[in-house]
Amino acid sequence: MKFDQPAQSNPIDQLKVVGRATDRIDGPLKTTGTAPYAYEQYQAAANPAYGYVVGAAIAKGRIVAMDAGEARHAPGVLAVITADNAGKLGKGSRNTAALLGGPEIQHYHQAIALVVAETLEQARAAAQLLRVDYARSPGAYDLAAVRDTATEPAEAMPDSRVGDFDGAYARAPVKLDASYSTPDQAHAMMEPHATLAAWEGDKLTVWTANQMIAWARTDLAETLGLPEDKLRVVSPYIGGGFGGKLFLRADVVLAALGARAIGRPVKVALSRPLMFNNTPHRPATLQRIRLGAEADGRLTAIAHESWSGDLRGGGPELAVQQTRLLYAGANRLTALRLAVLDLPEGNAMRAPGEAPGLMALEMAMDEMAEKLGLDPVAFRILNDTQVDPEKPERPFSQRRLADCLRSGAERFGWHARRSPGSRREGNWLIGLGVAAAFRNNLVMKSGARVRLDRHGILTVETDMTDIGTGSYTVIAQTAAEMLGLPLDKVVVRLGDSDFPVSAGSGGQWGANSATAGVYAACVRLRERVAERAGIPPAEASFADGQVRGGGGRGMTLAQAAAEGELVAEDSMEFGDLDKRYQQSTFGAHFVEVAVDYATAETRVRRMLAVCAAGRILNPKSARSQVIGAMTMGVGAALMEDLHIDKRQGFFVNHDLAGYEVPVHADIPAQEVVFLDETDPMSSPMKAKGVGELGICGVGAAVANAIYNATGMRVRDYPITLDKLLPGMPERAELG
Amino acid sequence: MEASNLKLSRRELLVMSAASATMMAMPAVAAAQSASAGRARPPVNAPVALRVNGHLHELELDTRSSLLDVLRERLQLGGTKKGCDHGQCGACTVLVNGRRINSCLTLAVMHQGDEITTIEGLGTPQRLHPLQAAFVRHDGYQCGYCTPGQICSAVGMLAEIEAGVPSHVSADLEARPLLSAAEIRERMSGNLCRCGAYANIVDAITDVAEGKA
Repeated sequence: MKFDQPAQSNPIDQLKVVGRATDRIDGPLKTTGTAPYAYEQYQAAANPAYGYVVGAAIAKGRIVAMDAGEARHAPGVLAVITADNAGKLGKGSRNTAALLGGPEIQHYHQAIALVVAETLEQARAAAQLLRVDYARSPGAYDLAAVRDTATEPAEAMPDSRVGDFDGAYARAPVKLDASYSTPDQAHAMMEPHATLAAWEGDKLTVWTANQMIAWARTDLAETLGLPEDKLRVVSPYIGGGFGGKLFLRADVVLAALGARAIGRPVKVALSRPLMFNNTPHRPATLQRIRLGAEADGRLTAIAHESWSGDLRGGGPELAVQQTRLLYAGANRLTALRLAVLDLPEGNAMRAPGEAPGLMALEMAMDEMAEKLGLDPVAFRILNDTQVDPEKPERPFSQRRLADCLRSGAERFGWHARRSPGSRREGNWLIGLGVAAAFRNNLVMKSGARVRLDRHGILTVETDMTDIGTGSYTVIAQTAAEMLGLPLDKVVVRLGDSDFPVSAGSGGQWGANSATAGVYAACVRLRERVAERAGIPPAEASFADGQVRGGGGRGMTLAQAAAEGELVAEDSMEFGDLDKRYQQSTFGAHFVEVAVDYATAETRVRRMLAVCAAGRILNPKSARSQVIGAMTMGVGAALMEDLHIDKRQGFFVNHDLAGYEVPVHADIPAQEVVFLDETDPMSSPMKAKGVGELGICGVGAAVANAIYNATGMRVRDYPITLDKLLPGMPERAELG
Repeated sequence: MEASNLKLSRRELLVMSAASATMMAMPAVAAAQSASAGRARPPVNAPVALRVNGHLHELELDTRSSLLDVLRERLQLGGTKKGCDHGQCGACTVLVNGRRINSCLTLAVMHQGDEITTIEGLGTPQRLHPLQAAFVRHDGYQCGYCTPGQICSAVGMLAEIEAGVPSHVSADLEARPLLSAAEIRERMSGNLCRCGAYANIVDAITDVAEGKA
């Protein structure tokens, strides 16, 4: 089915199931520990051996010699896989560095060996017996030091220029020119990358944790030099991803190689301390923002430049992309610069681009509002636009940023905000902050197959994944709505490359695109059911488990399938509506912080997000997506920071003790409001994404609240107390 | 292994460990090793009886096995999750004799005769424990990977409050601790949830603690 015209009225609009706050259908399995994740596929392969991954101990250079003899002869060891004996390996286009290194080493903890043994304990012990001699090469590990060598990544995103930025900025009566930095960050999803691999002849099945089944299969085929039809990738449950499981990783390749070498299934999980340097991370940025405005607050000049680094052949962090669309202003400039760094691979993490980009832009907007003497909410509303600022003939499909800001300000009690450093409760300095949230709505072709059996059970099959996003449930809701069934008559099977290729989980495109694919398949199934019932498809209506035509003729769906299962398959393909209309999601984040006047410890006390993101398919799981993203945003603002050893070239704090993420005690009550909205340009579902919108702007809202509390502006994230302390007001000043 | 082999002072032990990691307290095993493969000794096994979710398991275990790996790999109880294997995330939380513990940080051989309850022992999809039901109702999870640990931890945590054990945020160490959100957050902070379901988890626990479930 092709979606190339705005959606008309359709069965989803009934909203009998879709749009209702619904408990997750996978909840009883997840809460009882009976949902099998990759390493727990006990039924899939009996008697697997265990693989333990060894990572390179240098950041750049070569392996001169590796002695695996002792490891090979250690008790229980079945094989040691290295680049020497793995055979020729290719590399998928989505991977920057090789997944099995050696002799060349491209980054620290790049996998160099897999030790396979009867038990995990044996494999782990034997892994310590590998003797590796390296020859180090000098590498670049400090973004600031190589900033001047960075070049324009013309393929990823060339510079954009509209009007005359330099002239307009020079003439502007009110200006801001400020620099910001965001650190390298880790996805740190709770489930480590893990794979169980089993060969049957020349066919390989991997049970793994991957957000994009079809990408994983393609890249595994490329890496192993096998045709795709010999590979099956299965990921029914995935313990978080946030972009960290978008791509094929070393666990998959090494489990496959290990299993082939010993002729027996092998399972491999990356150890937690290996993950931070072995797998991709969100790259650090250095950003410069210049804003010029008339005295009345109208922006006339906007420039946003960002520098980031990656391995040779990698890509930039797209930190300026939201700046092309978020605010009006006739004269504009954005530029990315990419330097070569020999740190582990940089790649997508939740809201790549916007998450770090808005941490800078929305702090700059706060600073500019102050220079102009304007309220930060009013300043943003003043510079709202309903059209693409670079192409004014191109409207937004929906854009309710101003509504989000206004209603949020009212609900949050924004009027209570005082001048910086002037509100105090006991030891605590109190501040309020706001930031706009913005993330584009992406659509991806997505397919599904639906089966109706003689018991009236509808089964949906698609390779879509649920990484905690609630895919199982919104897909069940969609199918139930389309066929007029209650939710408990729908079974959803996900994450298997034997099923039709879906959008997968990434870029907050999953829910809207994948349910649109299910919609397409259900439209076909409705036709089959109507035919079976002898009703012209155009006249058929589906409700209460029945199909009915004009004059009350009809039957139950179970009766319609009594003579044999009815199966339909289709996909939703998207036309150019996203070119004709800019499709984006919007929000406003409000945060209240308390900062201890003596220690500069920051506590977040209240958070509110108001979101406008199209139809909300399941308000319960959508709200969870947003509060989860707000939580990650608090982490970005206050604590998350991969510290680089700039001599040795690796992330030092590579575990969950050193890399701090928010814990229960860090997160207060959180409120989320979804504005009532449908977007007929996005899909027949009229929905958009929310999973990434929720993190966009949060960091800046926290930073702006800290500024409001203390009068201290820290432009170098995360805002830890050591950065605040030197500028904290003296006790005497506090009165 | 005889207990007498272990009669070393702590100081002697440290000296020996520093000098060589091979010989400590395992003479029979060490003698069997080849000189060159100093560290590649065969596993030392020991019999251990564990009562897990009411079932007695008499096992012969590699003494290096963590309780977590025995639960997951030997008993195939996959509900107890391995998030970090270093006691940093809480995903592996189980109840040992009613108290919550990170099962990755304890060797299985230390639990001879212990009563262990995992997430599978609390309830089933058909018969959810009140906390499991409350997590579903409040959407107290997303990816579900930290969830068994959160729920086991919550069971243990509520018992600690019931027993009057104070926490860092208890105002009065002598008084009975409150069932406040602040107490629950503090006491649950060893259980990370990267999906960020914290606010919903606290609501779910509060519901059950207040007897609404």
